[in-house]
Amino acid sequence: MTTTTAPAEAPATRTLSYVAAVTEAIRQAMESDPTVFLAGEDVAEHGSVFGLTRGLLDEFGPQRVYDTPISESAIVGLGVGAAATGCRPIIDIMFMDFIAEAGDEILNQMAKMRYMFGGKVSLPVTLMTSYGAGRSMAAQHSQSLEAWLCHIPGLKVVMPSTPYDVKGLMTAAIRDNNPVAVLLNKVAFGMTGEVPEESYTIPIGKGTVVRVGRDFTIVGLGRMVQESLAAATLLAEEGLDVEVVDPRTLQPFDTATVVESVQKTHRAIVVHEAVRFGGIGGEFAAQIQEEAFDYLDAPVGRVGAPFSPVPFSPALEGKYVPNAERIAAAVRQILGKQV
Amino acid sequence: MPRKRAAARESAIKPEVLLDLHRRMVRIRIFEEEAGRLVESAKIPGALHLYVGQEAVASGVMVHLSNNDQITSTHRGHGHLVAKGGDFKLMFAELFGRVTGYCKGKGGSMHISDMDLGMLGANGIVAGGLPIAVGAAFSNKYRGTDFVTCAFFGDGASNEGAFHEAANMAALYSVPCIFVCENNGYGEFTPQARHQAISDVADRAAGYGMPGVVVDGMDVLAVFEAAGEAIARARRGEGPTLLECKTYRYYDHVGVRGLGVKYRTDDEVIAWRERDPIEAFERQLAEIGVLSAEQAQAAHEEILAEVYEAIEFAEASDFPDESTLLEDVYSPMTAEAR
Repeated sequence: MTTTTAPAEAPATRTLSYVAAVTEAIRQAMESDPTVFLAGEDVAEHGSVFGLTRGLLDEFGPQRVYDTPISESAIVGLGVGAAATGCRPIIDIMFMDFIAEAGDEILNQMAKMRYMFGGKVSLPVTLMTSYGAGRSMAAQHSQSLEAWLCHIPGLKVVMPSTPYDVKGLMTAAIRDNNPVAVLLNKVAFGMTGEVPEESYTIPIGKGTVVRVGRDFTIVGLGRMVQESLAAATLLAEEGLDVEVVDPRTLQPFDTATVVESVQKTHRAIVVHEAVRFGGIGGEFAAQIQEEAFDYLDAPVGRVGAPFSPVPFSPALEGKYVPNAERIAAAVRQILGKQV
Repeated sequence: MPRKRAAARESAIKPEVLLDLHRRMVRIRIFEEEAGRLVESAKIPGALHLYVGQEAVASGVMVHLSNNDQITSTHRGHGHLVAKGGDFKLMFAELFGRVTGYCKGKGGSMHISDMDLGMLGANGIVAGGLPIAVGAAFSNKYRGTDFVTCAFFGDGASNEGAFHEAANMAALYSVPCIFVCENNGYGEFTPQARHQAISDVADRAAGYGMPGVVVDGMDVLAVFEAAGEAIARARRGEGPTLLECKTYRYYDHVGVRGLGVKYRTDDEVIAWRERDPIEAFERQLAEIGVLSAEQAQAAHEEILAEVYEAIEFAEASDFPDESTLLEDVYSPMTAEAR
């Protein structure tokens, strides 16, 4: 019923948007597993404010697709309690900024129950949420908080960057018996790509090289993968051949794939939308310099957002979120520092 | 709010149920008193939050539940686990941090659990279990069962946002969740009058769209009767109830000091002790000829012997090996393909 990322024969694909790929992953999971249900604010009647769950209420009915009150703590707790007692819930938190409302249920309950109970329970919760800036939604609706989640033992965190990846990782997340946060970049929702019709998974914990290169490694997270690819195109004009690695999963992180790349290129930066200070890029950069120090010809750099809340005005927000130009500039800066 | 009295109730209840109620209360009392001694002598590491005084609440509720029915608990959770059938050996081993404990030494007192008994864990976060209980009750309904979930919490917890959210959601979805408030008059070290503007937590129930009932939490038959009604309602698909049991903890919020505690008077402790649920029930049972004083004493001794045996087991058990420290952070499993 499922295949991995490299099928022996090409499956039937068609062009789908990122949003539609999410919907399809959920639909196929709900079709095949009656213990899967979906709950969140406006996910039923409204199909989610982003259209992520459009049509699911009509197809599966109100016993499978639930509109919840605006109660993030209870929404996540619903998932935890149901997962502990035989269900496989998909919980939608409308904006990642709102995970703070559910802080205890995520941090102290969902992440820790299995460990505290000596392995006697599994919590197969899928926590899907939208993140990211660039839509003028301002400070409280635009954050990238993956570093918070990656820091909590017991949670898994995936950040799919393409329609193909989002369907595969969403499917894998639902089937995983652990709490998995699926982070969906809201600016990427309109992105289109080839997506197989059949159900498939992408292994959680496995990254991929999306552009093979020789001279420099860019580790890009989420929508920064596309910006990194655009930066690579700019840098190619300057004679630099850049390799772009998409880890796809942030926790557990595929250190081996990244290190293998750096062993080849000897120079690296990590790029994410999240604030640079304390961003998960710091963890990944530390891992690279620990594991590949002898292969490095320059410090490992990080590109992230400035240390401020996300500003509202497009004039400011446009300067806030990293883009291809800033990424290319960071690469050149690191090249200037190499020994 | 109407108060329930255990008038001639005991004559309508089968003797074996009465004895069951008695036994659960005594098991809790003796377990907790011995655990208290052990933590005082530092043989049990960390802190314990003892349930002594509140036995009638856990027992009166749990008698109505099977292993298919779940409970969520609090930081004061030993009483809940004992009443639900918790194994003394596995409990003490967990309190001692041994690998043979309920949670392989990973959880300790505040996270002790038994999934097979439907005990979804003591909880170190005040009100942390309430949204989880709603989830379990939701799951019971979703899976087409008549299983129920009882969510235990205190007066202090009723001020947490999680209580508010859980209560609203439970009533909205009409899930079989019974909110059992053990109002012992204190939120940690702060008396109820200084942490909320109301006296009866059950007054809040109407605000969420569920019935609220107040009972004397020192009267095990009053709890038994009210809990029975609430649980039966839930099983019939009629939704949640908030059952407030007025009770008292003889010891401090944490640890074993009973008298001489600064934020309450000794007179208050003594007055509540005069309404001890176990002593009162034993008098009742002796009066109606179900359990003589000698038989009650024999039960106490038998349970104490079981507790000592469990402590021996715990003390003789190994600590978890360092190699287990990273185990069970994640489940290795994925769903079977369907």
